[in-house]
Amino acid sequence: MKAFARLYETLDATNSTTARVAAMRAYFASVPPRDAAWAVYVLSGRRQRRLVGAAELRDWLQRACGYPAWLVEDSYAAVGDLAETIALLMAAAPEHVHGCDAGVDSVSLADWLELRLPSLRDADAESRQQLVTAWWRALDPAQAFLVTKLLTGGLRVGVSRALVARALSGLADVPQATMQHRLMGRWQPTATWFEGLLAAADARAEPSRPYPFFLASPLEADADPSVALGQRGDWLAEWKWDGIRAQCIRRGGECFIWTRGEELVTERYPEVQAALQTLPEGCVLDSELLAWRPGDRQALPFSALQRRIGRLKPGKRLREEVPVRLLAYDLLEFAGADLRAAPLQERRERLAGLLDDAPPALGLSPLLDADDWPSLTEARARSRELGVEGLMLKRHDSPYQVGRARGDWWKWKIEPLTLDAVMIYAQAGHGRRASLYTDYTFAVWQDEDLVPVAKAYSGLADTEIVRLDRWIRKHTLERFGPVRQVEPLQVFELAFEGIAHSARHRSGVALRFPRIRRWREDLGPKDADSLAQVQALLEGQERD
Amino acid sequence: MDARQPLVRPTDHGLYCAAGDFYIDPWRPVGRALITHAHADHARHGSRSYLAASPGVSLLQRRLGADSRIDALAYGERRRIGEVEVSFHPAGHVLGSAQIRIEHRGEVWVVSGDYKRDPDPTCAPFEVVPCNTFVTEATFSLPIYVWPSGERVAREILEWWDLNRAEGRASVLFCYALGKAQRVLAELAGLTDRSVFLHGAVTPLTKLYRRAGIEMLPTEQVDLRTRRDWAGELVIAPPGAAGTPWMRRFRGASTGFCSGWMRLRGQRRRRGFDRGFVLSDHADWPGLLRTIRETGAERVLATHGQSDTLVRYLREQGVEAGALETLFAGEDGAAEASIDPGTDAAAAGASISERGASTDRHEPS
Repeated sequence: MKAFARLYETLDATNSTTARVAAMRAYFASVPPRDAAWAVYVLSGRRQRRLVGAAELRDWLQRACGYPAWLVEDSYAAVGDLAETIALLMAAAPEHVHGCDAGVDSVSLADWLELRLPSLRDADAESRQQLVTAWWRALDPAQAFLVTKLLTGGLRVGVSRALVARALSGLADVPQATMQHRLMGRWQPTATWFEGLLAAADARAEPSRPYPFFLASPLEADADPSVALGQRGDWLAEWKWDGIRAQCIRRGGECFIWTRGEELVTERYPEVQAALQTLPEGCVLDSELLAWRPGDRQALPFSALQRRIGRLKPGKRLREEVPVRLLAYDLLEFAGADLRAAPLQERRERLAGLLDDAPPALGLSPLLDADDWPSLTEARARSRELGVEGLMLKRHDSPYQVGRARGDWWKWKIEPLTLDAVMIYAQAGHGRRASLYTDYTFAVWQDEDLVPVAKAYSGLADTEIVRLDRWIRKHTLERFGPVRQVEPLQVFELAFEGIAHSARHRSGVALRFPRIRRWREDLGPKDADSLAQVQALLEGQERD
Repeated sequence: MDARQPLVRPTDHGLYCAAGDFYIDPWRPVGRALITHAHADHARHGSRSYLAASPGVSLLQRRLGADSRIDALAYGERRRIGEVEVSFHPAGHVLGSAQIRIEHRGEVWVVSGDYKRDPDPTCAPFEVVPCNTFVTEATFSLPIYVWPSGERVAREILEWWDLNRAEGRASVLFCYALGKAQRVLAELAGLTDRSVFLHGAVTPLTKLYRRAGIEMLPTEQVDLRTRRDWAGELVIAPPGAAGTPWMRRFRGASTGFCSGWMRLRGQRRRRGFDRGFVLSDHADWPGLLRTIRETGAERVLATHGQSDTLVRYLREQGVEAGALETLFAGEDGAAEASIDPGTDAAAAGASISERGASTDRHEPS
């Protein structure tokens, strides 16, 4: 763990990509393969089940450091990260004694993850607390921070998986894209696995392993495609579906549905699973999961699909109310052969052939035939009424690349909906936004009252955040723990992708992807929109 | 404290002592101003006359302009003003920084200004001055703020500089131009004898420190040698220089920032510097509590920063405590952004707050 703590510190102490890759490579080359395997696991953003809840940790911290609960809370609000708060407060606690659990400082990363942390799982509440607080006392702050992070499952290191793959590919002398592929899907971080990862040839092809996703780059909403993309004839156009991106694998007699976040969700969509079983062995689809009733002209809104997302084994009734189907748009593997280097046009043709006789739960995402840019632009304008997010534009001859490679695939979303709302609450952010008020709640008018409609975190420039933070501190009406109620004076233009009924919100509506578009300092609070206007947006959307 | 007027109270011009008819670190022009130290949020020009501790007069003269009338007292020297007796005592913050002791009919107040307890080779160490009422700063009043020694931080800075030297990069270290920059130069002088390059804003203040006899590493100004190879050099610049065209000449440099705020990882990442060095000229949490205890004060009034936290904690420990609203900016504002007296905060003025510390204060409008 000492070596990993040093690596973490190095990664944290530089903004240079080259330096980060070099540090990871040196680490992987120098530690035992078992530790290296776990480091890949952690650095590439995989996480284990949370072993201790945040509330429990705060309680233990307060008892261990001896400060009043409110002071621990205030400290946490300033730091913005619980594990870091713990490391800082434990280091400063007067009764802090290093080394009372002799040897805990030199426990390896693998031993922490395979032995020490899992030992909490079967322990009763009291011994859990004793174990964890003993670790806090015995470890230096850097390790106390990391152990706490690992035990909450939430260590984020700030290196992308592509960067980890780059360090490993240098070490193994294989292309980065190959390494990225090897890091996909299911694997157990063991010494043998790590040795296999570095091998020249990929010995153990695991049937469930997905390919890295190819991601489209955004095209400005008001872009002129003839200028940005050239000839219409070079491009294939399809709808940008408002569903869940999914890679479906049919191999080894089984099928697997992977989301973009590399979650295996096969069992959650039994209707799609059954349809995939009809495909021939050895093929992989890139596709979208959508809630779609048989016979309907268009998909149900994303809010309907949300009811299925969290359900591990959906019941019959829910499956009837929100049936899910798959629309495929790319074929990455056919008859066991990797097709990713072939031109898209060819992959699409094979895909169409493959899905010819497929059951209704397995459809082909249609191409838009508008054969010049103006008519395609017109089609795009109908996106909102069709319940899609806009268009996807893909070059006919494009290979299926890894990650966000610019140039061949573009997403061209429609202009978002907007409203003007008044900021009424602010809360400090986390991580790099800790101790700055960056999380805001916005409200619209209902008669003389302001009703909250959205929370938004992003969209302001750093300088605006700092200025708004100062304003918030000077115009606080009341504090509720970490939340400040502010004078309702500042108006912001919010952009959002859609709007739905919600029984959970006082306003009765929920906005999809709300973010701040502009700080409207030219407007006073009375210029903000009313709830009636927001509801009209909802009705307008439903009427279409 | 009885029902009489307090000896020092906040007004819209600053902390005011009626019995002596003077202000301490006023934020608007007044007749007589007593100044704790030369940082911009404490020393503003425009007052008719100034009184300060003598080691800080040259810095103050530079800050306030040659035409400002500045009178000096040696540390510990007493002077009668109106009905009170005043004296200046080392605060350990920056060169010439002082706490101001005010005695009136046997009652003693001490206004700390900014202070720290950690050793600093550039200024006289903090002196504990027994008093009835202690007006303390509270910039870093949370138990997460505990400082490593300046010596240890200097070694970290040197290691970082050495590493960058080995890899052919320049090291640009952002420090407040008054105080922090010179402290780093003085701490490093014990560890190396290499020259350091200074941003133009740091040079004149560093000269004044040298003139005061502070031993520091040899320095050169960046602007005089614009077309050189900066690889391996250490450059000290004020934080305001980050992200400006001036920085372009150091392409590929590693950047660092010296501040107490660097104790927090989030602050470090937000500011986008490669390295954060935990070095502050303000008291850390143990330093605040220790100082309050040692002064033996019956009452503590906290100014700037997290005063609510400190006040609430002290009250829970049975110490009589309150918050004093001021426009002092603490570590963020020191020597950098001077607060425009035309802002709403200044117009709203300041008010004494004896309300419960759990509710946040806000300006009366």
